[in-house]
Amino acid sequence: MSKSRSKRLGFWLVILALGVGMEALGQFEIIDGYVMQVIELIGINIILVASLNLINGFLGEFAIGHAGFMALGAYISAIGTVKFHLPFVVALLVGGLLTAGVAYLIGIPAFKTFGDYLAVITLGFNMIIVNLLNNIEYVGGPRGMVGLPKSTNFLWVFATTILTLVILRNLVYSNYGRVWIAIRENVIAAEMMGINVNRAKLKAFAIAGFFAGLAGALWGHMLQYINPSSFTYLKSTDMLVMLYLGGLGSLTGSVLGATLMTGLLEVLRDFGVWRMVISPLILLIIMLTRPLGLLGNREPRFVVPKEPKAAEEVSHNVPAAR
Amino acid sequence: MSYFIQQLLNALQLGSIYALIALGYTMVYGVLGLINFAHGDIFMAGAFFGFFIAVMLKLSLIPTLLLAMFLAAVLGIAIERVAYRPLRKAPRMSLIITALGVSLFLENFTRATLGGQQRSFPKLLNVQEFALGGATVTNLQILIIVVSLVLMLLLRYVVQKTMIGKAMRAVSDNKEVLALMGISLDTVVMATFGIGSALAATAGILVGMAYPVIDPYMGIAVGWKAFIAAVLGGIGLIDGALVGGLILGFVEIFAAALLPSTYRDGIAFAILIIVLLLKPTGLLGRPVVKKV
Repeated sequence: MSKSRSKRLGFWLVILALGVGMEALGQFEIIDGYVMQVIELIGINIILVASLNLINGFLGEFAIGHAGFMALGAYISAIGTVKFHLPFVVALLVGGLLTAGVAYLIGIPAFKTFGDYLAVITLGFNMIIVNLLNNIEYVGGPRGMVGLPKSTNFLWVFATTILTLVILRNLVYSNYGRVWIAIRENVIAAEMMGINVNRAKLKAFAIAGFFAGLAGALWGHMLQYINPSSFTYLKSTDMLVMLYLGGLGSLTGSVLGATLMTGLLEVLRDFGVWRMVISPLILLIIMLTRPLGLLGNREPRFVVPKEPKAAEEVSHNVPAAR
Repeated sequence: MSYFIQQLLNALQLGSIYALIALGYTMVYGVLGLINFAHGDIFMAGAFFGFFIAVMLKLSLIPTLLLAMFLAAVLGIAIERVAYRPLRKAPRMSLIITALGVSLFLENFTRATLGGQQRSFPKLLNVQEFALGGATVTNLQILIIVVSLVLMLLLRYVVQKTMIGKAMRAVSDNKEVLALMGISLDTVVMATFGIGSALAATAGILVGMAYPVIDPYMGIAVGWKAFIAAVLGGIGLIDGALVGGLILGFVEIFAAALLPSTYRDGIAFAILIIVLLLKPTGLLGRPVVKKV
């Protein structure tokens, strides 16, 4: 027991050192502002991809409209800071929570279908959200919103990313996660086990929406400018590419996919228009050689909780399916 | 009334183009269970093939169309060969993401080599206007509707009556038994991609003639819309593509006519969602019974 506790303490110390170290490097301009912004972008993409992984990887559904939730988070938080002058942390949380609420409401009709039909419905909601934002004059219509405070900095992104990953990891290995994985593996068998499939799916959808909203809020306050056309299906496609590049059903894979793809696009910046040719080519080569993505659905050992303990938990608990 | 007829014609024109592209999605889906996201870009490539054939070889409409259809079919088959065939036994999602990769590659490769600017499509037809009950019809509109209709009837005939069509239906029914019957899956898949791509190229040239500009990213929005049309009608069903395409065309044109045009896409998707909620497997799809 003490061994696992010291390990956990070690993990948090490493994270703390990493965060403080990077922040210091940024403060003393050893890493310049441009690189810092790329690192922040990587963090935001990790949050997006990991939360999408919850639906596509662990729940086993095929949602392709994640940019819609990102847009909601960005806009709601921007309304909070620009129009109501709320503190950033409040706007961030309100953005996440309201997005979760909308995701839940969208999920109610959406989960009446499944498979490719669900994909189309999620994409449809993405398009509708963008279309509405384009038509609401209060948030600037197609011009979008400007003058967002520059509240997002490295520490905000770093802390949110780590929290997202830890929360998602704990959820995935909890009873909730087992329910989701049961649904992914066999819906009917899961139903036979007494799982309320619809409710479990809605929970996952709302949680994923919450984190996508947070990521959107961080993104908006990083660039200080948002407009509806940043959140179209092209953005959703980017997230899908990162997700599948890393591997479905692997949180470490999401981190890897988001980091590699975001980093790659920056490294290739010198190639001009050819950058957008090279990056899909690399994706194709990876998919042809490793069809399950870089990590498949595996996780490194430190992410997975100890087996005997997990087995004990399962035997004592009925799947939490309310 | 004349306004209504005018809009009806516009809707028919847009709808038949959506239907032509949706056919490619639905055929590939029926055979491989794959959403071929690169299909919208084959539509774009077809338009560019038509553009270069018309400009450089100075061919007239019919030869341009046929040559572009052939080239697009070759491109479609090549994509299947290089990118999809090695993954046929891989999980479906890997195939879908590969298709997304192919799509991004085609768009950006076209842009990098030919430039991102819009090009005006050469006039392959002397556009003439006719009066019809107060509305004006152009021979181009009639051409678009007739060509789409003829191709769809031809495809129906191929799928229902010919050997390769029977083989296609057999593939979507049961891949294992197909091999026992001595039919090569690869041949059927090749034919499917070839036919689907040729239809997309036709749509590309028709769009080039009707809205006379083309650019490397023209396939994205139209591709998604056509995919939605295919799902709306019931993906995997050839009649479904026709029904879905026409409905989407009508909804878009009439939403734009009755409401502020900025709501056009939003309305189209709202209707799509409502239809899918009432008929979760598309308008013509049969309910799927899942067994353990």
